[in-house]
Amino acid sequence: MQAELIDIRNHLQQHSPFSELPESMLDEVAGSIEIAYFRAGAQILELGQKNTDLHYIRSGAVEVFRRSGELYNRAGEGEIFGQFGLLMGRQVRFPAIAIEDTLVYLIPYPMFQRLFDTQEVFADFVEIEDNNRLRSAVRSSQQGNELMTSRVSRLINRKPVMAPATVRLQEAARIMTEQRVSALPLIEGSGENVGDLVGIITDRDLRTRAVADALPSETPVADIMSRKLITMRSDAFIFEAMLEMLHNNVHHLPVVANGKPVGVIALSDILKYESQNSLYVVSNIYRQQDVKGLKAVSKDVRASFVRMVNEDANSHMIGSAMAGIGRSFTQQLLKLGEEKLGPPPVPYCFLALGSMARDEQLLVTDQDNAMVLDDSFDPEQHDEYFLALAKYVSDGLAECGYTYCTGDIMATNKKWRQPLSVWKSYFIDWIDNPKAEALLNSNIFFDLDGVHGEMSFAETLKELIATRAQNSQRFLAMLARNALNRTPPLGFFRQFVLEENGQERKTFNLKRRGTAPVSDLIRVHALACGSRRQNSFGRLTDIAKTRLLPDDGVDNLRDAMEFIAIVRIRHQALALEEGREPDNNVRPEDLSPFERSHLKEAFQIVSQSQKFLRYRYNATIPR
Amino acid sequence: MSNNEQQPTPDQPARGDWPGRLAALAGEARDPRLKAFYEAGCVAPETPMSEVPMVAVDFETTGLDPDQHSIVSIGLVPFTLDRISLPGARHWVVRPALPLHQTSVTIHGITHSDIENAPDLGEILGDLLPALAGRIVVVHYRAIERPFFNVAMHWRLKEGIDFPLIDTMAIESHLHPDRNPSRWQRLLGHQPVSIRLADSRQRYHLPHYPGHNALIDAIATAELLQAQIRHHFGPDTPVRDLWL
Repeated sequence: MQAELIDIRNHLQQHSPFSELPESMLDEVAGSIEIAYFRAGAQILELGQKNTDLHYIRSGAVEVFRRSGELYNRAGEGEIFGQFGLLMGRQVRFPAIAIEDTLVYLIPYPMFQRLFDTQEVFADFVEIEDNNRLRSAVRSSQQGNELMTSRVSRLINRKPVMAPATVRLQEAARIMTEQRVSALPLIEGSGENVGDLVGIITDRDLRTRAVADALPSETPVADIMSRKLITMRSDAFIFEAMLEMLHNNVHHLPVVANGKPVGVIALSDILKYESQNSLYVVSNIYRQQDVKGLKAVSKDVRASFVRMVNEDANSHMIGSAMAGIGRSFTQQLLKLGEEKLGPPPVPYCFLALGSMARDEQLLVTDQDNAMVLDDSFDPEQHDEYFLALAKYVSDGLAECGYTYCTGDIMATNKKWRQPLSVWKSYFIDWIDNPKAEALLNSNIFFDLDGVHGEMSFAETLKELIATRAQNSQRFLAMLARNALNRTPPLGFFRQFVLEENGQERKTFNLKRRGTAPVSDLIRVHALACGSRRQNSFGRLTDIAKTRLLPDDGVDNLRDAMEFIAIVRIRHQALALEEGREPDNNVRPEDLSPFERSHLKEAFQIVSQSQKFLRYRYNATIPR
Repeated sequence: MSNNEQQPTPDQPARGDWPGRLAALAGEARDPRLKAFYEAGCVAPETPMSEVPMVAVDFETTGLDPDQHSIVSIGLVPFTLDRISLPGARHWVVRPALPLHQTSVTIHGITHSDIENAPDLGEILGDLLPALAGRIVVVHYRAIERPFFNVAMHWRLKEGIDFPLIDTMAIESHLHPDRNPSRWQRLLGHQPVSIRLADSRQRYHLPHYPGHNALIDAIATAELLQAQIRHHFGPDTPVRDLWL
């Protein structure tokens, strides 16, 4: 390069991917450039024409179109186009038109090829169709969090203290005291012949079940041990253990390797990693004895959220932690409510709906809940109690920052406080006689999870949905159609959000236009394949086992979901740190160039996935 | 040098037949480099602009008078209506015959030590003339490059040089005949239209190049001509309408 061309090199250097190239390489690129001027309205690239250059916009603006004539992209200063054709046979695949007077720097094919072959950052950048960029962006952003990179085995630093399930209470207590452990895994067999894990007993069990009930010290531990075991594999990540504890409200998890117990990890082991951990908030919630106390704890939720964001937790971890916290508030309010109003007259199950059920809750959220009552429920006799309980919980949640549901989807609404048989008939009607409008409002019920009480009611409903929905093509088509109502924007152009029809907006809602369309379309596929899971990432794992989505479709959606969610999360955390009230509305100038370019890629994945959804379920275009 | 807004000097007659004039000059030229330059000729007058090979040239000089001032640096870039080719771009610093004036040092960023080691213009003619041969020279403000080159050639070879050129400033001047508003128009808020290189470029939404050297100005001039043709003339315009 001639030294006098430094202006041209400097301009390249201010823009990705050239900013990542070594200076000597950049000099060569600058020296290889040809320059062309296009008047506003001029066609720069014509479909099928030969293209031998990568186009770099020095000034002006360009619109790039799909073969079908749909707008694909609007690009401005410092952005590139024409790369698809160069990668594929050097024929123009995406025609381009100057929408302003535009000066283009053309980087000839041999230089493009050299950059592509020798500079990984460059290859990653232009190879947009592989979604490599988004994937590596998602991966690299998660490398910083110890909870996500360290495995459970790291927390185990002693041989497991275990006992045969046949020991008596007194003996168990003695072992735990001598060995200074707060939980004791119980196994079949003994000595060398270590058998399967059959249960666990904790300090708390000894206090609440043995001492409180004055059981004789000769009682076999098997009588009071927990048999429903949640275990962790030793190669699981610590954050997975944390999510299990949050979701199940347990403080100890036995760890197994090859099916054999190798130790126990306790809440305190994880808290050592983070003092403002969401688990700490949860354990604090359970200590509160009134709404006032809960309200005080709710102030810590935001600090814990910001901390997780700053420690590079992924969206799954943050969403689960926030849902776990919401669930704990609900559980504690129900416990306090039952203490105040007396035991429930008939069994019931309190349901979480929507984002809390999906473990995808963030900060700006309202409460969506319902009650499933035992079929022996008699409205005249019992409803007064359940209405009072529902109201106590709902008001308490509102105090703690979970605003009332504007659509009145709460257990305080009589329609959503019904016996199991009525709930079954609701779901059968929604699935067997689908009506688009009605389904739009009941979408939220297809993400449900039991929070408290008779959990089998919730499981029964999940089972009913999973078996019935997959056989109703009309239902799936209708659900798919509703999932197409909300579309992502096309991308960004300067300080605007760019819509598919070329319209420009100042701001957009990252929930409504981002995460919601993804979770909506994942739900349709999940129901179609009979998945019983609620979490979008979990659902994707189930979908991956089927042939519902084309190769790569699942991974692409996972990356898109993660990236959009994490941008939304960071946006909320930033608002909190700046003392503003968090929301979901984002302006393009709030986004870093990194976020803009990857968000755009994520939107493209969502848009393609929506088109596939329409085709796959034969869903007619709404509007 | 492209910053002065003086009126162009009057042209010599019979400029329409440049191929004929270059052929005649080829017969008269004694220096073999100059002879080869003339023999390369130029395109026919009716050639559409879309097919004309061009070269944008900019000289930085120590002043405005070719008889008193010297060339300090030369930048050029070959181009067509479609493409400006940076791989063909050249830039030379040359040693002026007269001492470097202090103000031009600050303008061009060329220092005394740059110049002490620079070649004389005569030493680079073997590179410079082939880079121009067969192409139509494009400049912004024709009172600089052709006259300075002519005088410099006389000085060294005892024979001058002539060639067809297109002047982007003359085009702007033609497009804005009333660019200096009358006193009445000024009272009504009419602003004078500047036809300096940077100001002209703005009218076509061409970017600002912060650097100031002969090569960047040559590139800037080439871009300006591309824009002028795209906006006001069209690719089929014959070259004879524009060359001077």
